[in-house]
Amino acid sequence: MSGIASGLDAIPIIGLLFQFGGYVLANLPVMSQTTVAVAVPITLAALCGVLCERSGVVNIGLEGIMLTAAFVGWFVGAMAASTFGPGSPAPFFGVTAPLLLGLAAALVAGMAVSLLHAWMSISLRVDQIISGTIVNIGAAGITGYLYSLLASQSLTGAGQFAQFQVPKSVADVPLVGWLIYAVFNQGPIGILTIGLVIVFQVMLFRSRWGLRTRASGEHPRAAETVGIDVIKLRYRNVVLSGALAALGGAWLSMEQTNRFDANMTAGRGFIGLAAMIVGRWTPLGSFGAALLFASMSALSISLTIAPPSGDLGNLMSGVPGEFWEALPYIVTIVVLAGLIGRSIAPAADGQPYERESAS
Amino acid sequence: MTGESASVPALEMRGITKRYPGIVANDDISLDVRRGEIHALLGENGAGKTTLMNVLYGLARPNEGQILLDGEPVQIDGPSDAIERGISMVHQHFMLIPVLSVAENVVLGAETMANGVFIDRREANKRIAELAARFGFALDPEAKVGTLSVGQQQRVEILKALYRDARILVLDEPTAVLTPQETDEIFVLLRKLADDGRSIIFISHKLYEVLAIADRITVIRRGRVIGERQPAQTSEAELAELMVGREVELTVDRGDSHPGEPILEVEGLRVLDDRHHVAVPEATFEIRAGEILGIAGVAGNGQDELVEALIGLRRPAAGRVRLDGRDVTGVSPRSMNIAEAGYVPGDRHRFGLILGFPVFDNLVLTGYYRPPFCRGVLRNDAAVRDFADTQVERFDIRVTSSSVATSTLSGGNQQKVVVAREFDRPLKLLILDQPTRGLDVGSIEFIHRQIIAKRDAGTAVLLVSAELDEVMEISDRIAVMYRGRIVAQVDGRTADKSQVGLLMATGGDTNGAVEEARA
Amino acid sequence: MSGPVHARQSRVVLGDWTRSILSTVAESVVAILLAVVVGGIGITVFSGLLPNHSAFDVGLPFAAYGALWTGAVGSLNGLTSTLAYSTPLILAGLGVGLGFKAGLFNIGGRGQFLMGAVGAMAAVTMMGTHPNSLVVIPLALVVGTLFGTFAGFIPGALKAVSGAHEVVTTIMLNYVFVFATYWAISGPLRLPNSPQSITADVSTRGAALPIILGRDGHAGILLALLAIPLIWFLLYRTTLGFEIRAAGANADAARYAGMKTRQLIVLTMSISGGLCGLAGATTLLGVVHQMAPGYDTTIGFDAITVALLGRSNPIGVALAGLLLGGMRAGAQTMQIQVGVPPELVDALQAIILVFLVINLLRRWLPTRTGFESVALVPEGAK
Repeated sequence: MSGIASGLDAIPIIGLLFQFGGYVLANLPVMSQTTVAVAVPITLAALCGVLCERSGVVNIGLEGIMLTAAFVGWFVGAMAASTFGPGSPAPFFGVTAPLLLGLAAALVAGMAVSLLHAWMSISLRVDQIISGTIVNIGAAGITGYLYSLLASQSLTGAGQFAQFQVPKSVADVPLVGWLIYAVFNQGPIGILTIGLVIVFQVMLFRSRWGLRTRASGEHPRAAETVGIDVIKLRYRNVVLSGALAALGGAWLSMEQTNRFDANMTAGRGFIGLAAMIVGRWTPLGSFGAALLFASMSALSISLTIAPPSGDLGNLMSGVPGEFWEALPYIVTIVVLAGLIGRSIAPAADGQPYERESAS
Repeated sequence: MTGESASVPALEMRGITKRYPGIVANDDISLDVRRGEIHALLGENGAGKTTLMNVLYGLARPNEGQILLDGEPVQIDGPSDAIERGISMVHQHFMLIPVLSVAENVVLGAETMANGVFIDRREANKRIAELAARFGFALDPEAKVGTLSVGQQQRVEILKALYRDARILVLDEPTAVLTPQETDEIFVLLRKLADDGRSIIFISHKLYEVLAIADRITVIRRGRVIGERQPAQTSEAELAELMVGREVELTVDRGDSHPGEPILEVEGLRVLDDRHHVAVPEATFEIRAGEILGIAGVAGNGQDELVEALIGLRRPAAGRVRLDGRDVTGVSPRSMNIAEAGYVPGDRHRFGLILGFPVFDNLVLTGYYRPPFCRGVLRNDAAVRDFADTQVERFDIRVTSSSVATSTLSGGNQQKVVVAREFDRPLKLLILDQPTRGLDVGSIEFIHRQIIAKRDAGTAVLLVSAELDEVMEISDRIAVMYRGRIVAQVDGRTADKSQVGLLMATGGDTNGAVEEARA
Repeated sequence: MSGPVHARQSRVVLGDWTRSILSTVAESVVAILLAVVVGGIGITVFSGLLPNHSAFDVGLPFAAYGALWTGAVGSLNGLTSTLAYSTPLILAGLGVGLGFKAGLFNIGGRGQFLMGAVGAMAAVTMMGTHPNSLVVIPLALVVGTLFGTFAGFIPGALKAVSGAHEVVTTIMLNYVFVFATYWAISGPLRLPNSPQSITADVSTRGAALPIILGRDGHAGILLALLAIPLIWFLLYRTTLGFEIRAAGANADAARYAGMKTRQLIVLTMSISGGLCGLAGATTLLGVVHQMAPGYDTTIGFDAITVALLGRSNPIGVALAGLLLGGMRAGAQTMQIQVGVPPELVDALQAIILVFLVINLLRRWLPTRTGFESVALVPEGAK
């Protein structure tokens, strides 16, 4: 009797799940393109984190690097535009010279900030959490100050990179059209990100650089005994990773929008950290987790704009919108605490490495 | 077949001297290894074997002396340089990365490339399989190293050396973690490598193994070469004597002991290590009040786990522990402390002291929760300081005041702090783990006298030490631990040192089960 | 022990302790001075961006710092403003500093602060429209503190049970609590019959903290001043405090000495959260009075700055809190008088930290005392 009773209980839930699935499918094209776009900065931040932590350096300053790059990119682009003129946008991606200049400046800025973190963490052996926190505080403070200086000047940005327009005929292809549309109807940084994910996934696990990186993050002494310079490798990787996070910042101020706002990163760096953890410190996994997190935002937007009807609608209206926004963070906590705890990160992550002196 | 043909030794180390602050680790050591020879380096912990090999591998630079390879003097700048010259080292604690595959571990640092960027996995796997087959063992190159048995992991380490075409292999205590069967297999492999023309340096303290596998044996003690032997012309007894030395310096008169009732009763204790392997299969012994039981044994034979189980830091898997009649199996360290058990941990910097704290805080580190040091939740600072001043005086701790940071004290004085803390009150049981490691003679003498005083006051004392001299000097009874078992219990005053040393190194099993490897 | 020996020892005690405290303080002071100089250079370099200022105006930093000083301590209102700004900084700084002492990184100050405000507002809301001030104010403060304690308990328990690193969990929880606050403001705490999402104004409910000094000096200041000796007492005079410091300095040795390190983790994170929650409650009841959507705080990072600068010592934290509070109080004046934006304080804060961390003093002048200046964060329970 109780078995049947519990079986009957299950039916409404199954019904709701079906309704939910139907809702998602119906709204898929709209949601998926937004999802990919929202996932871009998260993924780039996560990639930066993956590179650092796989080498053995904890980097929670992702937010700060992104913010700095967003500001510097926008600022340099704007200065270039106002000095040399905005230039005429190229047919692909709306590229102009000031924009490129801004992008380059953003990358340099990101790498410089990363270098600071690397120096503090690796050479000075400051606690890596503190070092990353200082990067965050510093970026917020200094960009905030400089931006407020500029507020009165009404400086306009150099413009923004334009999205690649997927032709409608392609987007309408059944079954996969929406996917192609979602992936390729993005700006240059967006499309580049997906490429970077694939590149780094392959490089991390198939190339010599990847092998040495992973070894340095797992067991730096073992790596040293076979002749790898762990310190130099960590420096190089951390600085390189800064360029990745910088791309994320540039996306914010030069692709998604044409402006800079104080604290515009709004926690994306930390979601990136979460995506890295949930994605098990792999590029592909991080991208997947970023998509998952982004989809939660997209879902919450969709639920607000086009709420479902019927039982599902009643259920969903009871759930506060903030729940969906908080969900990525809750998921990360559950992953950290529930499934794995601490054993999953690279084994030597966060431990400053002291070279055996050959004295 | 032993390789006697080549006239120029493959490796010669001449007059190597290496000094560290406060100690001469290697004192004018000379040794040579021929091609195709298995040369054993025999000595106790701390004798200087590892330092010598660090010098060879480029991890340390000698203060004096020369290294010659095939007759040519060379300067070895670091591990990569050593590897390039054909010297490979298999460390006692494997330098393997558990989450990576066999192939990845083997090629790391010497990767076979398909093009400029990507590793040629197929080629690497092929070479690894070939090498393994050539020397008679099989390994799946794609298997994750963490899933392999210890014996297999060791073979991966050897593969690393072979992949780099090592001509000289150094193995540091290779059989320390192997089962007898795995040891047999390794010996067969080593002989094949030697027959292939390579030179092998085999560092060990295990006498019968060394006799079974080596072509020549060099014995090192306290940084010096004591002698060189050929297995056919020596015996375990002689080697043991060379290794531990005949002189027993008695600096403390232990007097007579008058043991009373059994205080610590251990029955069938079974303890697992961190990897859930059995560290102590079944320990049964007792210690009476007013007696010192010394546990002699080479480090790593289960003593750590036994002590941790007794003091409450590790839950035993089976068995019972009774303290003065009360069952204390698996209780917390705090409960043991309350039950009047004192504990001096083996690693004083990591477990015994908080170096950044002032001396007075460390003096009450295990007693702060008891009156008079606290009144309810409040610390009684005055009582703590008074106690500290008293202890500093009583235990002759050389400090200007008890408020200085403990990190400024010398090793001997730091240990005196730990001793002063634990010895202060009447104790039923006192457990000491390596109490005088790294200390100067004066501090050692002092602490030994304190231990004996404690015994005379009626405490049951358990002394665990890798220093055989120490155990023999002050113990009333000696138990020898080998592979987690107590293999012998002898009277402390009448025991013969080389006999005990032999027991430590062989566990009493002189069965030459690996004789075949010699052929 | 004879008299002269005591005297000898106490004289030496003074020497050693003083030297170590001095070197610790010196490091913070040097960092501040260097930051002031570098900040000044920065102001000069970017002065061209300010309207009505020439580029590379060397006099600008002096004017700016001068205004900062005047605004902070130049008048009674300035002083009380400084105290008001310092209150949450001191409270949260004590909380974060307590965590550091135990080897724990509480980055969750922001979330715990918000929960404290939510808790206080919840208490006020529940007490209806005409409660007794003598009841509702303490109640709101207590409930706010409890909410903050719970917010700190979660990551503490997670770490003790599963080993989940508190840095990540507290950061994640920050966002969870931000969203929870948002929901609370537009949901259960929302003022009925209001066209927008907004909570009640506590001053209409008699729940606002009374002003005791000047224009801004609310009673919460007293709580902060009280917390300083309380936490100091906890850390240095109780057995619990000893255990916390021991676990932070060497968790292994603490465990071997019989201390229950897991319980200490949970307890410390909870107290830390509670202090940050109290900071949130006092800020709501004393300054802001009402919660609108977007109610947020920068206290999370500010408290870390204060705790690091004050070396996690309650007295140091108090001084650092006053410094940062004064800077924020003076920033308004600076903007009005000189035109330099108040964000300068944020920038200075960051530069101070960089110099603190680089620890130039320690690297240039090797100390000869055994007591090296206190480490920035104890090694312990990571």
